[in-house]
Amino acid sequence: MRASRKITVLFSLLMVGCMVASVFLLQRVDQLRTGATLQEVLYISSPKLLKRLSLGYSGLLADIYWTRAVQYFGSKHNQGAQSYDLLAPLLEITTALDPQLVVAYQYGASFLAPKPPNGAGMPQRAIDLVEFGIQHNPDEWRLYYDDGFIHYTELKDYAGAADAFARGSRVPNAHPFLKLLAARMAEQAGSLETARMMWTAAYQTTTDKAIRANAMAHLRALQVNEDVTALEALAARYKEKTGQFPARFSDLETAGLMRGVPLDPFGHPYKLMPGGRVEVQSPDDFPFIEKGTPPGYKPPAMPKFLPTD
Amino acid sequence: MSARVTHIAANIFREAVRDRVLYNLIAFAVLMSGAAILVGQISIDIERLVVVNLGLTAVSLFGVVIAIFIGIGLVSKEIEKRTLYTVLSRPVQRWEFIIGKFFGLAGTLVVNTFFMAIGVFGALLYVSRHFQKADGWVLVALYFIVLQFVIITALALLFSSFSSPLLSAVFAFSLFVIGSFAEDLRGFAGMTQGITRWLATGAAYLVPNLSALNVITSVAHGQPVPGHLILLNTAYALVYATVALCGAVLVFERRNLK
Repeated sequence: MRASRKITVLFSLLMVGCMVASVFLLQRVDQLRTGATLQEVLYISSPKLLKRLSLGYSGLLADIYWTRAVQYFGSKHNQGAQSYDLLAPLLEITTALDPQLVVAYQYGASFLAPKPPNGAGMPQRAIDLVEFGIQHNPDEWRLYYDDGFIHYTELKDYAGAADAFARGSRVPNAHPFLKLLAARMAEQAGSLETARMMWTAAYQTTTDKAIRANAMAHLRALQVNEDVTALEALAARYKEKTGQFPARFSDLETAGLMRGVPLDPFGHPYKLMPGGRVEVQSPDDFPFIEKGTPPGYKPPAMPKFLPTD
Repeated sequence: MSARVTHIAANIFREAVRDRVLYNLIAFAVLMSGAAILVGQISIDIERLVVVNLGLTAVSLFGVVIAIFIGIGLVSKEIEKRTLYTVLSRPVQRWEFIIGKFFGLAGTLVVNTFFMAIGVFGALLYVSRHFQKADGWVLVALYFIVLQFVIITALALLFSSFSSPLLSAVFAFSLFVIGSFAEDLRGFAGMTQGITRWLATGAAYLVPNLSALNVITSVAHGQPVPGHLILLNTAYALVYATVALCGAVLVFERRNLK
């Protein structure tokens, strides 16, 4: 073998070997430094300072911070985390760097507002974030909608929700349902129908799969709550009539109180329990139900959002 | 072989001194002493923080600029001045020439960093009046900065072996910037799917991971650096620099110098 060919072969092999080794070492470094990038965010937590340091490239930096926020939320959420300490600062930095990044307000608020493990459990920070967004993007009707939605779902502040929807309805090109929602909030905020309307609107106004799945899971939960309430009421009526609770749904059918076996939103029959209680077959499939669970039921740390319809 | 590589390396160091590269130390000294005196008067309780942050950032940036701007000319300048032919007409192999150049520039940067480190610790002593245990981690940060220089030097040499000095500088500087965001890049790759994921992951592993070598902020806050990370970073920097040097040798071996 010629000397130059020998050198070529030798250095080629060395290069490939080292390339493979570098990938392996990098993976080990990553394991050792999990979340290191995010930890560093805390060292410079002042959005104003970061904006100055970005030397005018604040848009790019905002995109990077937004991606970090998404990664942070995603990784914590997958672990079923109960705290999301860095989420609010990450979102505040992102939006301070680029106040026109509407997506950061919309999704950011939906990460911040719900209780853990579905979110950070910081509804007030979420509202502050969206209000900051409204200040800088007054014509974005979706931000008013998000504002009202958080007031309604997390704070049960129906007056605040009505105000946000009413402000949103006055924005040019606002979706017409904002007016309806504002009226609903003012009249019958606590009703099941209003809740259904809110989650239907949430489902219809986004293309994001995760948000749609969440909205659909809430709609299913509302359906279950309504069904269980109605079925338990029928069981109570049966007891009034016969002096005992029905043993099975066919007893209700025989008594002429209902027709057929009632099914949950996934098509599985409800279970009639002793004492006239009604339960769903798999409570884990309905992460947000308030009724229809066995006594002492503890929901899983990671809610099961089933695919959207 | 080692004697020839050592001679070439020593020559590069001499040339760098002759070219007044080490004059950057004067600018560094002025910056550090100015910062040390000024920050104590205009701020509260962040004197140590500023000296460590500013000092290590300056060491890193000065070194990277030197590594790039000298590294890119290491081969092309020799061709342009026709001194390369004199060297290669002697019993010096092309790969020895590349390796010697690399060690020469890396050595220059180590010496430069050594003097800058003295400056950083001098400024630290001035603002804190005494050294603390956490200052030891500053040495680790400096060591990581040297590892960064090793990677950048190898890359500059790789680009210098086939491209013009201007383009080499652009390539090397771009890789320095991309490498500083390498962890973000791998994060982005992890969020994509399908072929994009493969391509992005490949690109993320191909660029140098300089972000893991940057512990300046954590060290400024007195946080320790795990021993494992020191070992892994050392191994990574050496392996990555070897990849770049192998590339430089392979290109240079096949280059037509007529």
